[in-house]
Amino acid sequence: MHRTLWFRCLIALGLSTTWLATTPWAEAQEAKVTARVAVVKLLPEAEQPISRLDDPPPDKAFAGAARATADNETTGRFLGHAYETLEIAAAPEDAIGALDGLLSDGIRLFVVVAETETLLAMADHAAETAPDAIILNAYARDDDLRLDGCRANVFHIAPSRAMVADSLAQYLIWKRWDDWMIVSGEHAGDRAMAEALQRAARKFGAEVVETRVFEDTEGMRTSDSGHVLVQRQIPVFMQGAKSHDIVLVTDENELFGAYLPYRTWDARPVAGDAGLRGRTWHPAHESWGATQLQRRFERDTGRHMTDLDYQAWLAVRVIGEAVTRTNSADPGTLADYLVSDAFEIAAFKGKALSFRPWNQQLRQGLLLADGRTVVTVTPLDEYLHQRFRLDTLGFDEPESACSLN
Amino acid sequence: MHSSFAALATAAAFFGLSTGGAAALTAYVTNEKSNDLSVIDVETLEVIKTIPIGQRPRGITISPDGSELYVCASDDDTVQVFDTATMELKHTLPSGPDPELFVLHPSGNPLYIANEDDNIVTVVDVVKKTVLAEIPVGVEPEGMGVSPDGKIVVNTSETTNMAHFIDTETFELNTNVLVDSRPRFAQFTADGSKLYVSAEIGGTVAVIDPTNGDIMKKISFEVPGVAPEALQPVGVRATSDGSKVYVALGPANRVAVIDGRTDEVIDYLLVGQRVWQLAFTPDERYLFTTNGNSNDISVIDVAADEVVKSIQVGEAPWGVVVSPQ
Repeated sequence: MHRTLWFRCLIALGLSTTWLATTPWAEAQEAKVTARVAVVKLLPEAEQPISRLDDPPPDKAFAGAARATADNETTGRFLGHAYETLEIAAAPEDAIGALDGLLSDGIRLFVVVAETETLLAMADHAAETAPDAIILNAYARDDDLRLDGCRANVFHIAPSRAMVADSLAQYLIWKRWDDWMIVSGEHAGDRAMAEALQRAARKFGAEVVETRVFEDTEGMRTSDSGHVLVQRQIPVFMQGAKSHDIVLVTDENELFGAYLPYRTWDARPVAGDAGLRGRTWHPAHESWGATQLQRRFERDTGRHMTDLDYQAWLAVRVIGEAVTRTNSADPGTLADYLVSDAFEIAAFKGKALSFRPWNQQLRQGLLLADGRTVVTVTPLDEYLHQRFRLDTLGFDEPESACSLN
Repeated sequence: MHSSFAALATAAAFFGLSTGGAAALTAYVTNEKSNDLSVIDVETLEVIKTIPIGQRPRGITISPDGSELYVCASDDDTVQVFDTATMELKHTLPSGPDPELFVLHPSGNPLYIANEDDNIVTVVDVVKKTVLAEIPVGVEPEGMGVSPDGKIVVNTSETTNMAHFIDTETFELNTNVLVDSRPRFAQFTADGSKLYVSAEIGGTVAVIDPTNGDIMKKISFEVPGVAPEALQPVGVRATSDGSKVYVALGPANRVAVIDGRTDEVIDYLLVGQRVWQLAFTPDERYLFTTNGNSNDISVIDVAADEVVKSIQVGEAPWGVVVSPQ
């Protein structure tokens, strides 16, 4: 998207004015600790969504990070801590170049919004050239990043696919809707999510009665009168399935999932990427003071906060919380603090969030929501765990091949 | 349905009025979801009136002489002032957006209001109905406490995780104390020697020396059979002699009793669901708790540390205050 520009660098000017408005300049000059964070967005160009309601805002992720920077600055005023956030958007193939530029500028704290392959390349490059740098993964969901493929310099803010699948599974079992039909897209992420749902079924006692793969024919775009075609194709595709309670769709690129509800052969609810699914945030979430963050964000941007905005907000807040508590912006000091028992952060989920030390995944509750409402918040109270109930979501320590700390 | 509800409420208000000027003590409870106020006779421990009020009522307090009741109508962005003799709405105060909690100066004026959305504390003259100051504090200001001599107001900020000490003469912040996650409530002891600050997500109550802001102790909680993350301290009240401190533990459905001398937990009392705020009767015979998920008030006998009654109120009771005489 920004291929012509090597990278785009915006120091959030709006935030600086907030700082000036509330703090005498002399005081700002005297910051004892300054945390410089680069938010690097390296996503491949996305196809146009099925519904124009889903057009992604161009400042997605950056807007969340900017809100967190402002929140951190308000706290920092009382402690002599200053925050500077750089926003960089580049094409995935330019990741290493962008990283090198930032490293040579002295940046050691990174929030990365990128697919797994790009994230791993950056993590490994940073480990060689700047071993003290830390990366907070605000986007990539691959479980392998938290298992065999884990990296000591990466902290995962985004939940893994297994966590998202377990979130949905807990509720479906509670509803006793335990016969599932999976409709998977053919892309790697869709197949991985289908596997995560299979695993969740085994873990919580559901049965996947049938799995079908939906091929990306690229002919599914709704054009003039496209609905005529779609409304005939989908029922045919869904015909003759084994008896099931619910259809679960995996369609991470949002290429076909939205076409399933109301068009299936059997009259069954459709969840997963076409409806009810585990999410980190939802614009209708109001519990535990969430309305306050919604309002702040909406006042900043004039739009609703997305999952990715929240994940970027949370990543920058995690850094801010560690700076506040350690009185330091040194990446090694912050990393040690993040995996210690002392670290916890409140993030509008009703329970403290903290890192699983073995793989540096942020343990967190997930909202189970459809397009309009939050249906419930997981983990549900019915699912117990010997240490942390939040660890009922995703791979637990005994199942993990990764043991970093 | 709406109109019949209003008719009932009007009838209740009428009968309430007809009993006229009883000298008995009264407890007032804000019901966040049913947008009304439950009025409880402290002698009989019965609800005697239900009065429809503003949208999403939460924080509630009363003037030192008991004549005026102040209610944060959060979704109306206003503080409503009621005449306790008639329970009529007298006027509203400029509160800033989304007021949740406030504290009245011991003299009865001014009122210090936490405005969650703007990271400020608004100081309002309750007689002139004007804003005296807007004081920038941390992110998501929430809890408000005032020292007995009225010289310090403490505000807690939920995302900044601090207790901010505000000088009531200069409106300047002179001390900022970092506490555990999501501080909700600040309560001074009657002699002003200690400040208790609850941290909901952190699961602790910090005991702070108000003279220097040092944290002298952090009280944590443990109840067999209750998940540690459900032990979420919110409302705090101390007896006037400082011998006992009560802490509402939210979704743990317990009130912790703390020995005010040692600051050790001595008992847990089972109350209703999602216990939120607390209020003593003036003689400290009873402590009332608001239980947001079971829609009732638990009445604790303070001398015996026993729950003696549950009183059904409106939907999602949030705040409670008892008339001073």
